[in-house]
Amino acid sequence: MNIVVLMKQVPDTYAERKLQAGDNTLDRDASDAVINEIDEYAIEEGLLLKEAHGGEVTILTMGPDRATESIRKALSMGADKGVHVLDDALHGSCAITTAKVLAKALGTVEYDLVIAGSEATDSRLSIVPALVSEALGVAQLSGARKVTVDGSTVTIERTTDTGFDRVEGAVPAVVSVVEKINEPRYPSFKGIMAAKSKPVTTLSLSDLGLSPDEVGLVASTTTVESYEEAPPRAAGTIVKDEGNGGAAIAEYLASRKLI
Amino acid sequence: MSDALGRLDLLALDDDVADENRLLRSTVRKFADDRLRPNIRDWFESGELPARELAQEFGALGVLGMHLEGYGCQGSTATQYGIVCAEIEAVDSGLRSLVSVQGSLAMYAIHAYGSEEQKQRWLPGMAEGTSIGCFGLTESDAGSDPGSMRTRARRDGTDWVLHGAKMWITNGSIADVAVVWARTEDEADGTKGSVRGFLVERGTPGFSTHDVHHKLSLRASVTSELVLDDVRLPADAMLPGARGLSGPLGCLTEARYGIIWGVTGSARDALTATIDYACSRTQFGRPIAGFQLTQKKLADMAVSLNQAQLVARRLGDLKDAGQIKPHQISFGKFANVRAALDICRDARSILGGSGITTEYPVLRHAVNLETVYTYEGTHEVHTLVLGAQLTGLDAFR
Repeated sequence: MNIVVLMKQVPDTYAERKLQAGDNTLDRDASDAVINEIDEYAIEEGLLLKEAHGGEVTILTMGPDRATESIRKALSMGADKGVHVLDDALHGSCAITTAKVLAKALGTVEYDLVIAGSEATDSRLSIVPALVSEALGVAQLSGARKVTVDGSTVTIERTTDTGFDRVEGAVPAVVSVVEKINEPRYPSFKGIMAAKSKPVTTLSLSDLGLSPDEVGLVASTTTVESYEEAPPRAAGTIVKDEGNGGAAIAEYLASRKLI
Repeated sequence: MSDALGRLDLLALDDDVADENRLLRSTVRKFADDRLRPNIRDWFESGELPARELAQEFGALGVLGMHLEGYGCQGSTATQYGIVCAEIEAVDSGLRSLVSVQGSLAMYAIHAYGSEEQKQRWLPGMAEGTSIGCFGLTESDAGSDPGSMRTRARRDGTDWVLHGAKMWITNGSIADVAVVWARTEDEADGTKGSVRGFLVERGTPGFSTHDVHHKLSLRASVTSELVLDDVRLPADAMLPGARGLSGPLGCLTEARYGIIWGVTGSARDALTATIDYACSRTQFGRPIAGFQLTQKKLADMAVSLNQAQLVARRLGDLKDAGQIKPHQISFGKFANVRAALDICRDARSILGGSGITTEYPVLRHAVNLETVYTYEGTHEVHTLVLGAQLTGLDAFR
């Protein structure tokens, strides 16, 4: 079974993240870049399914040059190859154009299952997996906490307020996963060294038969009109406990209408 | 990279780290942050370490004996091994000791001096962390002068019978196999007795271990005495490739190399904690980091740390080029452990009262480094190795 994992490189969730003045897009140099956290679970699920059913795991990403670092990390976890859609014209693409590009890129590889994280920690739209499935014309099984594949049927469990749904679809399909699904492995040293020689294909827009005016800021359906910097974090209040600590905490919480 | 960590890289050493080494570093750092750091206070305070479990996790990461070739080992560069040591020791010197003793002492001894059969038997499991090794050279009355050891190996037919005791042995009571160094008697055919290595398996009759308790340092590490009460071993328990003290000393050179990198980790961890503390601790109306006396300490510490990191890198390059000399290893251990210990002590002074608790890592690192200062060759012995290199005169022989 061949699996493609959609991976996004995002600014480190724990670092201060910024937009850049001018076009209001993400300032990618402002912080370290990491694999979108939930995508690590998607990669792990791809690897687990490969271990159970055989086949290959391909990592597909769209992003700037440095996204290769994240592809290498995914390969060091055990994925077999990478596909990197890299083109300056992609800068500022909205979710819809991103999904269009990813769907085109998926046309260059064989897959039975596409797995994605359910949301990215930077844009937090949670819509790309659905858009990709629509563009491909295949089933979407979203928010999976468990995935099983039996022949040509894929089944997921999705947590609900009252329990869980069991959702079935025919492969090929797009599955998005949530953090509950597994515990991503650490790359081993052996994996890190092996990743150096695994193939990564770089695709430009023209390789995908797309023109620059179909993607990027010019074609985006959404733009960031304006933004404000978050106010600097104010110094905390320190209460010295001189026997009245409990009352002081209660007063503080009451002043915030929390109790 | 945390803010303080980024600021500490005054010489931009980070720019020269190869991509795969950066990935290795971030992987081990994440493992350390997820699995080790949240537990280290408990392990240190209780003096109990789940060493068997941890060894398997280190094995899965591929860091046990990673710089050795074949037999399930990874064949990494010396620099990569060093990077791993630094990341683990950034959590605690005791954890790095677990990895060092397994890979650089026990596995290295078998890899360098063992028979093919011994290597096949032990190394793959030790690389996986399913088998644990220890290394018995030091005795209670033979430390810096290992040649004065009292442990004896006596021939009895084709067997060997070992008698004696080893002290301060990391991983001793949890080891599946102990590499024990003993002096043989002169043989009937005229062969002179010499120091030889033996593989002693857990459970061999006459072999027992006792843990050292009441430690103030390396509390997150198993330290034991090995007792060999007429332990009978078959002839093939001897390591065929080592004769004389050069055997165990060769292993120690390996382990010292890991220390040179490792201690840059504990010093770095103490210093990042200190910078964070000094920037947020307010006295006289401003952060204490803004006071000149504090800044002098921070500057001294950071310069010293960057120098130690440079030394580690240089020695890594020399080792990878196959050109490293024992006196250069002594240089590294001498310079870096002293620097790390000074950094952690100064760090403690900036943290004031908070610095003496385990809530902050600084004094835990400092007391650990008190051990590192004297194990694997005391600071004094390395001083004399450098003295001999400079003058051509041995001061201790």
